[in-house]
Amino acid sequence: MALKLLEGSEAIAEAALAAGLKFYSAYPMSPSTELLEHLARKLPERGGVCVNADTEIEGVMMAIGAATVGARSATGSTGQGVALMQEAIAEAALTELPLVVFTMGRAQQDYFQSTRGGGWGDYRTITLAPKDVPEAVEHTQLLFHLADKYRCPCILLGDNILARTQIGVDVQPLEFPSLPPKEWAFDGASGGTGRAKSLWSWGIGKENNLAEGGVDGHWKRVAAKFKHIEAAEQRFDQGFVDDAELLVVSFGTAGKFVEYIVRELRAQGQRVGYFRPVTLWPFPGAALERASRAARKVAVFELNAGQMIEDVRMHVTDRSKVVAIGDISTDEAGINMGSLMSAPPIRERIRNALQEIHA
Amino acid sequence: MSHDSTIAPTEVPLRRVGSFKPDLLQTENHGLCPGCGHPIGVRIILEVLQEMNLANRSICILGHGCYGTFQSKLDIESILSLHGRSPAVATGMKRMRPDCAIFTLQGDGDMVSEGLAEVMHTAARGESVTCFLLNNGVFGDTGGQMTATTVVGQRTKNTLEGRNPTYHGHPIPIAEIVARMPGVAYVARGSVHAAPDTVRTRRYVRKAFEHQMQGNGFTLVEMLTMCPTGWFVPTPQGPNYLNETLQKVYPLGELRDIRAEKNGTPLHR
Repeated sequence: MALKLLEGSEAIAEAALAAGLKFYSAYPMSPSTELLEHLARKLPERGGVCVNADTEIEGVMMAIGAATVGARSATGSTGQGVALMQEAIAEAALTELPLVVFTMGRAQQDYFQSTRGGGWGDYRTITLAPKDVPEAVEHTQLLFHLADKYRCPCILLGDNILARTQIGVDVQPLEFPSLPPKEWAFDGASGGTGRAKSLWSWGIGKENNLAEGGVDGHWKRVAAKFKHIEAAEQRFDQGFVDDAELLVVSFGTAGKFVEYIVRELRAQGQRVGYFRPVTLWPFPGAALERASRAARKVAVFELNAGQMIEDVRMHVTDRSKVVAIGDISTDEAGINMGSLMSAPPIRERIRNALQEIHA
Repeated sequence: MSHDSTIAPTEVPLRRVGSFKPDLLQTENHGLCPGCGHPIGVRIILEVLQEMNLANRSICILGHGCYGTFQSKLDIESILSLHGRSPAVATGMKRMRPDCAIFTLQGDGDMVSEGLAEVMHTAARGESVTCFLLNNGVFGDTGGQMTATTVVGQRTKNTLEGRNPTYHGHPIPIAEIVARMPGVAYVARGSVHAAPDTVRTRRYVRKAFEHQMQGNGFTLVEMLTMCPTGWFVPTPQGPNYLNETLQKVYPLGELRDIRAEKNGTPLHR
């Protein structure tokens, strides 16, 4: 293994290229800007195209255009920019188009945006939240696979620390099960045959080849697909849960901090464990339910006013055990890490939660 | 306020005079109102694609409006995209498939109201795609409200006394604006209100596709069309209204042709 010192954004760019990214279009916004800069340089060198979009909406729509002709494509921004893309992400989901969206959020304010979405209709977005750069390299490649496999938009939810941390990392192409050819993708060739291909969020097909059940039939099939994904694609990471009195739940970068502190407290003999949803949607609810059975308290550490805690409460059998130990801690995109993004305040909050159990 | 009926029965029974269905439509029924100009515009585009042997390498992106009905009727690969965003979708497609003829079908509400940014930036990037603007000056699909191209004085459902520039602002002549931008290969404005104009518009459509397939840059053909249900004008008088009122603001003819400029031949006006 040859480690190379790379900024998180560059490692993600390399991982996207290893996964076969051919088209990227985005609008700059911290802390997602460097991803655009790296891809603007690297994509043309590898036979791809990077278009500098003039709005986030244009960026996501150009990526959708590239997806319709079968190219692996992506866009990215921070939470504010991805907010502008919500209609397009919903449209891609209902049109059944593969698309990867890199959300480099400000702190952890975009959990709801990523897992609930703000678009229209019955859709979901697979969301992976890596804890660090090496995991982001894996997740990026996995997301391109999942996007193609399920023909749906997938989100990588990162933050300033992920995007801008320099770390030794080895970007190797990962192997995934082979996927069928994209017979649905456009190449123009079916025109004039009486069986021209059609793509639309309403999915009704063409006069000569109408979809079964019309619009409702299409939306029911899409909804059933998301039900299947919900059961099949849950991923999580956990440690020391069997005899933990206190289970700390966190995601993304915060999850890495929490894991570090839990290991440290374990070494000191404290009965504390951690649980980290790796897929934020589908939320690994059954695993959390099992992991939280023995715990007397489930503490949720997230850098927002309380978003993931709703999913935690939904799955922990005794919801009165669930407490919030996170808070709003704005990371100013590289200028300031935010008051809570260092080990001491997190350690203090976990210790306090332990003390309350023993009080 | 006077109101002329647009649904009065005709004096003589309607008679079918022949089939005008182009081969690249999967059905004879276009699904739009009698007297609508859109089906004529779509027909000439499809005829030109066939004539140029582009049917099996073309992709259409439809915007939102009445012409969206053609999404399920075109025998051309097509996607119905988000309102106004088709030129951006066309960009992504063309960059990945430069061999294909990529064109958008947009109304004035779609292109000039909702999607002004997309068409302007796509033109500025000089993407070799073709954008068709079916301009009837109203949001026809929702019943005839004011768009960014509604001409001054034009009555719509939300400018009942006519568009008043001091209150509702002025229309945007998108073709003239785009024609001035570098990176643009061909811009023309035609009309479908009468047979001679339809024939001329058909020529503009062909030239636009020729420029696109030669990779010359951005191309746009605007077509003025009648809206029998969205205008406060009796259907039979629609073409005349277009001719007398809309054309004063939107004169017909070619606005840009870099090939003609190179050869020193005059633009068609």
